[in-house]
Amino acid sequence: MNPILDVRGVTKRFGGILAVADVSFSIAEGEILGLIGPNGAGKTTLFNLVNGVHKMDNGDIIFAGENISGRSPCKLVHLGLARTHQIVKPLNELTLLDNATVGACFGRQYLSMRAARSVAMEVLQRVGLGDRAQLPARSLTIAGKKRLEVARALAASPKLLLLDEVLAGLNPTEIAEMIRLVSQIREGGVSILMIEHLMQAIMSLSDRIVVLNLGRKLAEGRPEEVVHNPSVIEAYLGEPDIVDKLARTRE
Amino acid sequence: MILRRPFFCIIVGTAILLALTPLRGNNVSLREDLILIAVAIILASNLNLMIGYTGYVNFGHIVFYGLGGYVGLYLATVRGWSLVLAALTAGLTVSLCAFLLGLAILRLRGAYFALATIGVLQAVQAFVSNFDPWGRSTGMYLSFDAYRPLGGPMRALWITYYLIIAVMALSMILSLAIKNSKFGLGLFAIREDEDAAIVLGVNVTVYKAVIYSLSAFLPAVAGALMFYKNGMIDPSIAFEYMLSLEGIVMLMLGGQGSVMGAALGGGLYEKLRASLLTSPTLSNFHLVIAGALLLLVVLLAPGGLIGWLYRLLPRARKVIE
Repeated sequence: MNPILDVRGVTKRFGGILAVADVSFSIAEGEILGLIGPNGAGKTTLFNLVNGVHKMDNGDIIFAGENISGRSPCKLVHLGLARTHQIVKPLNELTLLDNATVGACFGRQYLSMRAARSVAMEVLQRVGLGDRAQLPARSLTIAGKKRLEVARALAASPKLLLLDEVLAGLNPTEIAEMIRLVSQIREGGVSILMIEHLMQAIMSLSDRIVVLNLGRKLAEGRPEEVVHNPSVIEAYLGEPDIVDKLARTRE
Repeated sequence: MILRRPFFCIIVGTAILLALTPLRGNNVSLREDLILIAVAIILASNLNLMIGYTGYVNFGHIVFYGLGGYVGLYLATVRGWSLVLAALTAGLTVSLCAFLLGLAILRLRGAYFALATIGVLQAVQAFVSNFDPWGRSTGMYLSFDAYRPLGGPMRALWITYYLIIAVMALSMILSLAIKNSKFGLGLFAIREDEDAAIVLGVNVTVYKAVIYSLSAFLPAVAGALMFYKNGMIDPSIAFEYMLSLEGIVMLMLGGQGSVMGAALGGGLYEKLRASLLTSPTLSNFHLVIAGALLLLVVLLAPGGLIGWLYRLLPRARKVIE
């Protein structure tokens, strides 16, 4: 099967810092790929390269058979590549409905206002914000804002969704809800690339995992392979006995 | 459809009322008062497209009005074009310039953009003050003959009055139409968080340039009409920096982001300014009072008059947009 996203030898420097160095991986259609690594490993930078926020210095990114290197983020949304932000960016003074309508209006289908409104309402209900549709986005808690990020991205009816730490800062109940939501999204046929620090979540959700460290790809494989990989343990997980801990949560 | 919105009918009704009022008893002084109010509403409404809708503070908005006046007057007198054609051409020319300029300076954000707009105003004023075809710093004068095609000065003044009222109504209708459109939603997204808007698929470069250029069109038309009516133009009255600043006060006073707010702020401020300027004791203090007013509004009613109204009557939001 053709990969939905193919990242080939991508490199990005910020001045003297090599933020992402020659990273390659691909995502199959309908797959959830987890992206993990210690702080400063280059995960969010890699996201910003994939969706065009930063221009890369080297390499190619192929999305749905098209070379998208150097395209602006707004063009990529029209092709079907949507994302959420680690630091949420709600449109504060607009209602939740308007927030999601922006996503639908300017997304892959480039809907008219009327059609976008109904799509927006639908996605808000899907993420459990339907009853608050008329409230301004600033009134939400952090968990609500994370869900709004997901709703907005979904409203664009993406083929590939980039989720940047949607679980960070949520309490256990909210985490369980968000995990359920992510699996539902995948069942709807959307491929997902997600960054996550919460190991148990990423282990249970991902089909495969890519590990970054200091901008380089350290390992790639199924979740259990990755956590048993000695270099991953050394670079990322540190203490050796965490493997057993993780294995237990997986069971 | 915008035609079915109640607020659309309110705008059209108000415009017709304004057009008819000074006719009773041929009240010329009332007409002159109303024309200034209409111009203030035009300036505030179009400035609102930038500040209230898009979140870009334009300190040099008056440059569109002045340039429109120059182009219009030049076409009407030197080239002998008819008034309406000259005014429309002035609008289109200034809009086009604004679009090209916008592509360049709208890369700047926040305070840097605001500073650039002051620079634009200064640069244009300096250019016009040295531009020979437009009479350098002495400006241009209209001969009485110029009013002949419209049936003499008396009729010409009435005709420009009706045209200005029409431009005022169009300004508000434009604001209303944009507010309820997909384009408007894109602008609001830019205002709230430009980076988020980009990632959500809004083509912000084009959107910003288009709104900057749209916000130039009707003020330029109004400038052409007003300076034609006044019969003269020079750089100091065409590019009056104070009027540019007062436009911002009008918006804050009425409530930015709202069609009614901009119009209300423009109308009320102009009325207040007129009564202060004509009062023997207060005429030197009108800017002091404007400053104090701005301070009070920012501190006590950040949403302006319209925000205050919405708080009192939440249902008003549905009718008064």
